[in-house]
Amino acid sequence: MFRPMHELKAADALAFTFDGRALTARAGDTVAAALLANGVQACRQTPVSGADRGPYCMMGVCFECLVVIDGVGNRQGCLVPLREGMRIETQAGRRQPDSVRA
Amino acid sequence: MNTLREIGQLAEHYDIAIVGAGPAGLSAAARAAELGLSVLLADENPAPGGQIYRAITTTPVADRSVLGEDYWKGGALVTRLERTSAAYAPGCTVWSVAPDEAGGFELGLSLGGQARLVGAGQVILATGAQERPFPIPGWTLPGVMTAGAAQIALKSSGLVPSGRTVIAGCGPLLYLLAGQLAAAGANIVAVLDTTPRRNWLSALASLPDFLRSPYLAKGLKLMAAARRELAFRTGVTALAAEGSGKVTGVKVTRGGATETIPCDALLLHQGVIPGINLSNAAGCAQHFDTVQHCWTPTVDDWFASSIPGIAIAGDGAGIGGAESAALRGEIAALDAARRLGRISEAERNEKAAPTRAELARSLRGRRFLDLLYRPAPQFLAPPADETIVCRCEEVTAGQIRDTASRLGVTGPNQMKAFLRCGMGPCQGRLCGPTVVELIAQVRGVSPAETGYYRLRPPVKPVTLAELAALPPTESAVKAVVR
Amino acid sequence: MTAHNLTSEADIVVVGGGVVGGAIALGLARGGARVTVLDEGDVAFRASRGNFALVWVQSKGLGMPEYAMWSRRSAEQWHQLSGVLSEEAGIDVAHSQPGGFMLCLSEAELEQRRHTMQRLHNQMSLADFPYEILDHDETKRRLPDIGPDVVGSVYSPLDGHVNSLKLFRALRDASERRGVDYRPNCTVDSITQSGGAFRLKGAFGEIAAGKVVLAAGLGNARLAPMVGLDAPVKPSKGQIIVTEKTDAFLHNPMVTIRQTDEGGIMIGDSQEDRGFDTVVGQPILSVMAERAIRMFPRLAGLNVVRSWSALRVMSPDGFPIYDQSLSHPGAFVVTCHSGVTLAANHVLTIAPAILSGELPTTLDAFSARRFHVPAHA
Repeated sequence: MFRPMHELKAADALAFTFDGRALTARAGDTVAAALLANGVQACRQTPVSGADRGPYCMMGVCFECLVVIDGVGNRQGCLVPLREGMRIETQAGRRQPDSVRA
Repeated sequence: MNTLREIGQLAEHYDIAIVGAGPAGLSAAARAAELGLSVLLADENPAPGGQIYRAITTTPVADRSVLGEDYWKGGALVTRLERTSAAYAPGCTVWSVAPDEAGGFELGLSLGGQARLVGAGQVILATGAQERPFPIPGWTLPGVMTAGAAQIALKSSGLVPSGRTVIAGCGPLLYLLAGQLAAAGANIVAVLDTTPRRNWLSALASLPDFLRSPYLAKGLKLMAAARRELAFRTGVTALAAEGSGKVTGVKVTRGGATETIPCDALLLHQGVIPGINLSNAAGCAQHFDTVQHCWTPTVDDWFASSIPGIAIAGDGAGIGGAESAALRGEIAALDAARRLGRISEAERNEKAAPTRAELARSLRGRRFLDLLYRPAPQFLAPPADETIVCRCEEVTAGQIRDTASRLGVTGPNQMKAFLRCGMGPCQGRLCGPTVVELIAQVRGVSPAETGYYRLRPPVKPVTLAELAALPPTESAVKAVVR
Repeated sequence: MTAHNLTSEADIVVVGGGVVGGAIALGLARGGARVTVLDEGDVAFRASRGNFALVWVQSKGLGMPEYAMWSRRSAEQWHQLSGVLSEEAGIDVAHSQPGGFMLCLSEAELEQRRHTMQRLHNQMSLADFPYEILDHDETKRRLPDIGPDVVGSVYSPLDGHVNSLKLFRALRDASERRGVDYRPNCTVDSITQSGGAFRLKGAFGEIAAGKVVLAAGLGNARLAPMVGLDAPVKPSKGQIIVTEKTDAFLHNPMVTIRQTDEGGIMIGDSQEDRGFDTVVGQPILSVMAERAIRMFPRLAGLNVVRSWSALRVMSPDGFPIYDQSLSHPGAFVVTCHSGVTLAANHVLTIAPAILSGELPTTLDAFSARRFHVPAHA
């Protein structure tokens, strides 16, 4: 849905995964921007009806770009800078509580 | 400037804490630091600039003509701050501002997954604006975004919509964005202008001022360029995004006729409104601004809120644009220094005088734009029952109207209790204005009389673990462990 | 507002449109009365919007065994109420009574609870009020997600919870369908009685009715003396945290933690004597969060989406007040801080009694006259 104006230079490229798919984006992108740049439109399903949603405001207001980042659910993708090796996943409905059992 | 990347690097106490590193926050922080105050500038974004000067220090967009010369002015604000000793904490959310025992304030902050409480003698909220909600059927479909979102993607990442793009709504920013995206090579298949034609009548009285304003030349140029180069359609009276799972088209009604324009992206914009969640939760008084048609924190000439020691500078206290935001930040910082006893009242007044003159000039003509681009009633209170109003809890316009009329709900707080609108993670930011508008319409009263959500901290997500790690007080333990 | 200036033909006016007033109004309308509810507006001290939504029996009634019986009875009747609401309002209020726990984080807390339960049960027949004191291992067997700091718990099979906001809406909705005339923004300034009718006045105008029921929460303290009643209630501040929606994993309610049917985890319940201050205080939220995580470590990473504070409506001894005025017959007061637990009694028992003109003698213990009995040496 979005494309970069400039060719991604290898030196600027960060590798990450989205739902297991290997992708790259520019260092300096937020997680939400990195997903848009890779054609990802829906990044979550709502916990109410299960409807698909994608980034809407890109400025931390709407909470539509919620994703699971490195196992932590419901993170605002538009506020988190992309890092090399990040494991990003669709936020499918409700947040999972931590799995630790003391 | 001292950039803090970890929560442990923050001091226990600052003379002044400023929330938000847009034009207002940057200039307030610079001015306060230049006056010798210890300053914390906290901002949730990864880089300074706020939204209008988003990514001003990091943008990959090399061709300066794409974003326009106004954008690049933001660099000077950052350069000025860089020369001071202010502490700047990017990626840092402020989720609470509360009075402390010493007559100052305690801010609840989170950075890198850890929370801290930090003290401040004075607080300036420079939390800026957000786009006014634009509730139309289908606006929750992936592929429908705010125009501002596309602008942020462009500024901070050099991203351009790749498919057929439709831009819809009204307001100067809409034409600016259309121009920027076109310059960046986007395929804009239509610009759908929803400005109600009769707005000219109410705006006309403010026209003389506008004609002497700095907006004029800029605005006319933008408009002319948009009209010349893009498929510009005026008089749009209804919009609906269509598609299943993602947007595939937009249904447009103008002049009584309806057509569907196929598209891959729909960018919506009908002006900006102050982001009031933090000031509201801090207990600052607010009122409904009938010209800008939005809830606005109530401030005095020095941008002091109803709570002594909390000032609100920039668009967060009424929309004035980037230039005026920076000036308002300066003035608020001067008054904070006066309140802290660092400068006298006379010094404050003297230093503020030239800034005030500039401010008056920068705001000239604003009223005309506010009245001309006031959204049409049907875009403030969606007529189609199935339109989602609260995106988080998926509450529709029909449900809100029914509950207001049948169950006698007179305001948004009771509506929230009955329907959950405003209870989701966005805390009413995307539904509040619409819920108020719908209740007001059903009851035949004004939005002012209808009221707004009463918000509480934390205004941004903070985990239970972060909260739990903060120091308890003896009385708090006693109140809980019984 | 001009319509409100007309004298109404209502049989009964209920002052207060919260969960208590709503329950009474619905019960009266179900009995065939023409009911008008006078309520405040959008901004008001509304315990109904801020409560913890438990249907709770264990630990209630120390010092007044009648209250234990009354709570228990309402918990039993809740199954019926839930059916009534689903039938009349079409709203499932998510009522369930799977048994509830009070978790203790120290031996001292557990000992104190054990002692309270013993004293409570010395007052009444044990067989009717089953409860168990569980050690850590047994608690963990029943609640596998508890943390190592939980030393034990009190469990009662009688306890449960509902979605109290759905309850609030269902009461209003069912009342509306039964023809109750609900009037918001009608704060009552004065109540007088003459010629067998009560006249209620305020900025809204005036309304007359044969009977009046005061269910105005904290407002009852001001209104009750106007009709020869006494409701010396005071605010007790409570704060609550709610997290983002999470997968269902807490199936039983705890006194201080419960998962709602929508998925959010609610954490309560502080108690402060702070007058009418409803500011949310971070230190209390922190203590509540810290204890919640020690009880259930899996909660640690969840985001808080909202917090709020509300004012409980507390009588001097903490028990409800049900009274009919001796000097102004036909004027009733209904006030309690457990409007959710007692909702079933209010709809199904109190309202019909008010309609009949007489509160049952079994409720004598709840008269405010108890506050005026000289203390015995």
